[in-house]
Amino acid sequence: MERGVELRRVLVAALAATIDRHAEELTSLDQAIGDGDHGLNMKRGFEAVAADIEALSLKPWPDFLKGVGMTLVMKVGGASGPLFGTLFMTLGKELPAEPTGGDVVPALRAAIVAVQARGKAEAGHKTLLDVLIPVVEQLESGNLSLDGLADTARRASEATKPLKAIRGRASFLGERSIGHMDPGARSSALMIAAVADVLKEVA
Amino acid sequence: MNRVGIVIVSHSPKVAEGAADMVRQMVGDEVPLAWCGGDPAGNLGTSVEHILKAIDAAWSDAGVAILVDLGGAETNSEMAVEMLPPERQAKVVVCNAPIVEGAVIAATEASGGSSLDIVRRTAEELSPQ
Repeated sequence: MERGVELRRVLVAALAATIDRHAEELTSLDQAIGDGDHGLNMKRGFEAVAADIEALSLKPWPDFLKGVGMTLVMKVGGASGPLFGTLFMTLGKELPAEPTGGDVVPALRAAIVAVQARGKAEAGHKTLLDVLIPVVEQLESGNLSLDGLADTARRASEATKPLKAIRGRASFLGERSIGHMDPGARSSALMIAAVADVLKEVA
Repeated sequence: MNRVGIVIVSHSPKVAEGAADMVRQMVGDEVPLAWCGGDPAGNLGTSVEHILKAIDAAWSDAGVAILVDLGGAETNSEMAVEMLPPERQAKVVVCNAPIVEGAVIAATEASGGSSLDIVRRTAEELSPQ
């Protein structure tokens, strides 16, 4: 139990730190094809989560994840709040109180399906799904390498550059969205790398 | 008569308030009406918390129709609807319609006592198919 509290605390700190470190980069990606607030929005959301870290980390995994998701929904603004919030809240709904490694993959798949429904987007639409889907597919294939996961996420985020945006503000740009990395894909890759780093430490 | 309530959700508080002013002037005061705009920090954007408050302010047992501008307003409004108590969820819809024209036409329909479904369909007739 104590280990869980510490792990939840470290995970929140790592997520908040990576978003904070890359906030300007995320904002400039968003200035290219969106409304230029992604970095600030995500930073505000994760700062709010981090501010609540003591109370949140004491909660069991399902309530912890739902709490993180709810804070993101309320604080991020933009479409990213409900999208990332839904990801975390669904993970919380799907996972048992004491999850094992085997519980995580189907829970992540369910969370991605929920994000897909929330954003009415599909793979290839130049969104965070273009990172989340290859990551869960790699896990489902039985490849659980943490380095491999972060790498897949990074490459998948790079691979959003040539895509034409179909959903979100970037879709107004049509062809002009081509050549820019999707900000939500980038923040997803950053978060996956941060989680993988934390899990490597405890593994 | 219990009339359908109208909620206007824009990225800009000025747009939302302006659209609400037009509804008030063109339709009158008998339709419950609320608006919100701006993200949780007060910049352009939308906030689930503010949307929930606006739904509450415009609440009617006949239901509430929400008019939105751009993508994030729609996603945040759908999120807010799902966070309502279950008995309220079924009585709130997000209309696929232009925000200003949609709000005026939806309120016009609502002022005559139409059902939520008809209010929504009338607003959505404004959208290109």
